[in-house]
Parts: sequence; structure tokens; C-alpha cells
Amino acid sequence: MYKFVLAFRFLLKRRISYFSVFAVALCVFVVFVVMTVLSGLTADFKEKTHSWSGDCIVSTKSLVGFSYYEEFMQILQEQKEIKAVSPVIRGYAIVKTTSDNDTGVYVDRTLEVMGIEPVSYSKVTGFSEWLRYKTGELQNSFKQFYDVNLPGCIMGIGFLFARDTNGNYILPDRVPQMKVDVSCFPLTAKGALARAGTDVVSSKIFALSNVAHTGISSDWKNIYIPFEQAQLLCGMAGELKRANALYVKFSDGVALNDGCSKVQSLWKEFVEDKKGLSQSELLKNVKVQNWKVYNRDMVAVADTQQGLMIIVFAMMAVITVFIVFVVFYMIVSHKSKDIGILKSVGISNGNIMFLFLLFAFLIGALGSTIGAVGGWQFLVHINQIEDWLFEQFKFQLWDRELYAIGDIPNSIDLHVLITIILSAVSACLLGAFLPSRQAGRLQPVDTLRVSKL
Amino acid sequence: MSNGYILKTEGVRKSYRMGTAEVSVLRGVELAVSKGEFLAVVGASGSGKSTLLHILGALDKPNSGTVSFNGRRISRFSSRELNRFRNRDVGFVFQFYHLLDELNVIENVYLPAMAGLSVLGWLTESGRAKKRARNLLGRLGLTERLRHKPYQLSGGERQRVAIARALMNEPQVLLADEPTGNLDQSTGNDILRVFDEINKAGQTIIMVTHDQKIAERANRIVRLANGKITNVKG
Repeated sequence: MYKFVLAFRFLLKRRISYFSVFAVALCVFVVFVVMTVLSGLTADFKEKTHSWSGDCIVSTKSLVGFSYYEEFMQILQEQKEIKAVSPVIRGYAIVKTTSDNDTGVYVDRTLEVMGIEPVSYSKVTGFSEWLRYKTGELQNSFKQFYDVNLPGCIMGIGFLFARDTNGNYILPDRVPQMKVDVSCFPLTAKGALARAGTDVVSSKIFALSNVAHTGISSDWKNIYIPFEQAQLLCGMAGELKRANALYVKFSDGVALNDGCSKVQSLWKEFVEDKKGLSQSELLKNVKVQNWKVYNRDMVAVADTQQGLMIIVFAMMAVITVFIVFVVFYMIVSHKSKDIGILKSVGISNGNIMFLFLLFAFLIGALGSTIGAVGGWQFLVHINQIEDWLFEQFKFQLWDRELYAIGDIPNSIDLHVLITIILSAVSACLLGAFLPSRQAGRLQPVDTLRVSKL
Repeated sequence: MSNGYILKTEGVRKSYRMGTAEVSVLRGVELAVSKGEFLAVVGASGSGKSTLLHILGALDKPNSGTVSFNGRRISRFSSRELNRFRNRDVGFVFQFYHLLDELNVIENVYLPAMAGLSVLGWLTESGRAKKRARNLLGRLGLTERLRHKPYQLSGGERQRVAIARALMNEPQVLLADEPTGNLDQSTGNDILRVFDEINKAGQTIIMVTHDQKIAERANRIVRLANGKITNVKG
């Protein structure tokens, strides 16, 4: 009982205890806030990237693409693990936009052209949610009213519009009337330039039917056109049609690795089955990858940042342990007389050690609670705080005109919070362990004699 | 066998290392203390009086020789028995009071009772312990000071709190190390009167002091000189 009483009194009566509590609270606050915000940003980015490409991708890096994709789609669609499959064509194009409205936009740029089937593509990805102008039925996604003789196209929002200081795109009420001239470099199945269209390029004019807002870099570099049009422009149409990729969505409850393994084994069988056919060589370049591997150029950056964050926080934990160690070393030195008194009334070494560990626990628990409550409140109001800072000082943590971030993520993960609190308390116990053991081992006569000098 | 002695030392030797030199403080101390005795150990400063008292109270260990409590060698006590011995069988009064500043007067007094009990034991015994602490403090004239912190008390009051704490668990032996050494003469006399009273009530007291006049209050006086004990009175 005395241990609890004394530990509480040590906590309340010693100024150094308040410094320790403050140090722990500050560490917990910083880790909690930074981890929540950065994890939120990373998770949001990963979710958007996942939503952009489905669960699993059967694809080739070759711009030539691969044949027999329809047959493999058929096989995939028969599997209970597969919810949907969508063929995709990915290629590069020079895109020239001309607008005859009052803005007179005229842009000439290289973009990544994506040929998609809106209905199946939206079953695999978040396509229907990306469209900023509502079109009703998904099959009407490429329908436009500017020029009925032209096929429609959807452009990434970042290509056409700028963001305001709040990170919002300012869009007109209706789809801008815009013609989009898309020029591709069609390749034959053997990889040579197909001399189609105007000499070595294949051009077609589209009319803008919608804009897509994925929240990732595709907003700046992608143009979506109907799958068949993309096949024609990229030289993949013909007797043996080709595609670059099949985007696959797994049924609910199917684990990513299990689903990918299933597709992988089906693909192996399929390639074996097609051996000897005229374009079977193209199948050799095809890979089955999960969405993380497929988008590794984007995901790896986020993972690296997350890894760095963990390293920084691990260093912070080590610093916390060291701070607590130093503080407790000082406390034990200051308390040596009291330790002698306690031993003179019959308190054991183990109980002295327990007393100081309890003291450390209280510092950790109180500091963590203060840090967690403070962090929680800060996170709840983080966007209001940022708005206020912007109004008063024109300060933004992330310039919304540059970064694809809306509100600062502040969704609190209780598991993360509990882990941080437990880590802080453990750090306190770890830091206090050696000084506490030293306190337990002090000889009463030495401590009483020292205080006498 | 206790042979009627509550505490007994045989051939106790103790030396300290000071730099490269070894200083021998106790050189074969032979001392026997009977139950109910009020013994004063006198000697010059640095003669080893406090060291002897610490050894008697198991706060320190001799290099050689034996200390027996009621016929049992303290050196053979397990660590649990040693803690119990310090908690129940002896009570210390130090020259500098050694009270805990975090606790108030009554909490300092019942600390030994609390230390000897588990949480459950304390919940059942706390009422009795607090009552005894209040009674002790009342006997020592500190009824009005129960909730005061040690730093709010005078030297004499602090020493009386230290005496109350030492007596809390009704120890068989009270060990007092220069209990009046830090007090003025009048306050020192008050403390000695307390010692007289409790000794008359049957409490065994061993007090070390460098002051012969203070030692005269005891039933028996021994002198510690050159690391050995010689009888002076009684």
C-alpha cells in the first residue's frame, strides 16, 4: 500500500516528475499526431492507387500488348474467386486540346492514353466515383453533346483545371466543349511501327465527355478513351486483337495473395495451352502482379516514407527511454536518503525497486494520457487550426495548389493510439529499470551516512 | 540461547577502506543488552558508535563476529527475516530525524505499519494503525500537528515524530543515534524525558551519544574507544 501512496506523492511533490510527465506527453502527442496524419495520407494514397488498378493485374510492359486476352478473361470470369475483369489498353499519345469557348485553351502534350470499357472497368476500379459530371448509365460515360460525330474521351482533372487554395478544383457547371486530338504510334504484333493513319502515327479527334478525379498522379497524365478506339489507335485491333492489361477484382473475402496465386496458376496453364500459336510469344512477357507490385513506382515512395517514419519514431522511443533513464537516475540520487529511511523500516530491495517502477509507470501513464488527449483534440481540430493559420498568416502545411490533398487526414485509429500509449509506458519502465534496480540495491547505511555529510 | 539478553555482540569487527588505507573502527566489540535496559554508548566523534548501532539494527554488516537477537544470529537471517527484523523488532531514531517530506506527520508515523502489510492487510488494519499513530503522537504532544509536513515542524517536533515512528510497531529495541545532537538543550531534555518514560514502560533503548551528560540519563553507560567497549556505569 505504501508503494502506491509514495509513488503518487513522489509524482505530485517533485518538480522533476512534472518535467518527466511533460516529456512523455510531448513524445506521445508528436508521435500520435504525426503518425495519424502521415498514416492517413499514406493509406489514402494507397487506397486511391488500389482503386485505380483493381486487385490484380495481368499485364505486359510492352506497348505491343498480348493476344488471346478475351479467352483468358472468359476463364477468369468462370472462377468464383473473381468478381470482375476488365481489359485495358495503355499507350502513349500526343494530345492536343482545342476549345472554342471563351477560355480558348490550347494545349499540346504527351499523355498516357488508357482504353477502357466503362462498365467492366468500373466494376474493377473506382471509375464511376472519379467522374466529376454525372452521366447516368456508365455505358454513356463517353457520350458527349459537343459533336455527335466524334467519340468521347475523359481527361484527368489536373490536366484541365487548377486547384484553389483549399485544394478544390474549380469546374464549370457543364463539361467544357473541347476537341481532343489524340495521336498514337501503332505497333504491329512484332513490335514494328504500323504504317497506319497519317504515315507512322494514328490520329483521331475526340470530344471531351467528362473529367476524372482519381486523386493520384493519373489526374495529370491520363486520358481515357473507349477501348475499341484505343485498340485502333495503338494498332491492336485486327483479326487477333490485343490488349496491354487485364484488371481483376477479387470476390469479397478473397485474400490478395490467394487470389493472385490463383490467377497466376491459371495464367501458366493458359500460356501452356497457347504454345505454338502465331502470337503465343507475346504471352511470355505477361506478368501477374498484385496492385502493390504493379504500382510499385508509386507505392514504394509511400512505403519508404512510412519506413522512415517508423525509424524516426523508433529513435524517438530510444530518446524517451534515455530521458526517463536520466530523470530516474537523478531522482534515485536525490532520493537516496529516503531509500535509506524506507529500508530502515524494513522495506525490501524488491519493494524499493517496485516503488520506483510504479513511479515510472505513473509518469508514463499520466504523460501518455495527457499526450493522447492533447493529440486527440489537436487532430479533431487540425483542419480548423490550419484554416485559421491560413486566414491569419497565409500558412498551409501542404500547399493545396501543388499537392493532391484535401483535408488533412485525422481519422483516429484506436489501435495505433493504444500501441503508442503502451510503448510510452514501456519506454518509461525500461528507462527506469536500471535506476530502480540501483535504488533497490543501495545499502541503507550508505544512503543514511551520505545524507549525514 | 538468548541467556536473557535481547541483543548480544561477540567479537564484532568492522573496518572501512578510505582510499588506499583501511581504517579499523570496531575491533572485537563485546556487548550484551538486556530486555528493558536503557543503554548509552558514548565515545568521541568517529569512534564507531553509529557504526555499532547500525550493525545492531542490521542496517550494516560486521566484517567478522556475531550479533544475536534473542539468541538468533542476525547474519543467519534470510532477507525476508532481516526486513521483518528492521520492521518489527527494532526502531530507529536518527540524529537528523530522517522523515519523508512527501508524507505528513501521521503518515510518517504509521509508515512502518503500512510497510509490514499487504494492500489487503492494510485495508483491514489501517484503522487500528492510524489510531495507534494518533495515540503515540498524542503522548508526544503532537496532536495538533498530525497533518503538517515535516518541513513545517521544529527540530524537536520532528524528532518526536521520528520517535513515534520508531515505536509504531512496538519494537523490542529502540536504537537512537545522537537523538539530541541536532537540538538545543531544552528540546533535547524533552526528548530524553520521552526516552525515560518509555523505558520505564519497559522499552529497551540503546542510545549512542558523544555527550557524557546526556548519557547519564541511561541505566548503563559503555564507552567505545579504540574500537572496543568498556563499562563506565552500571
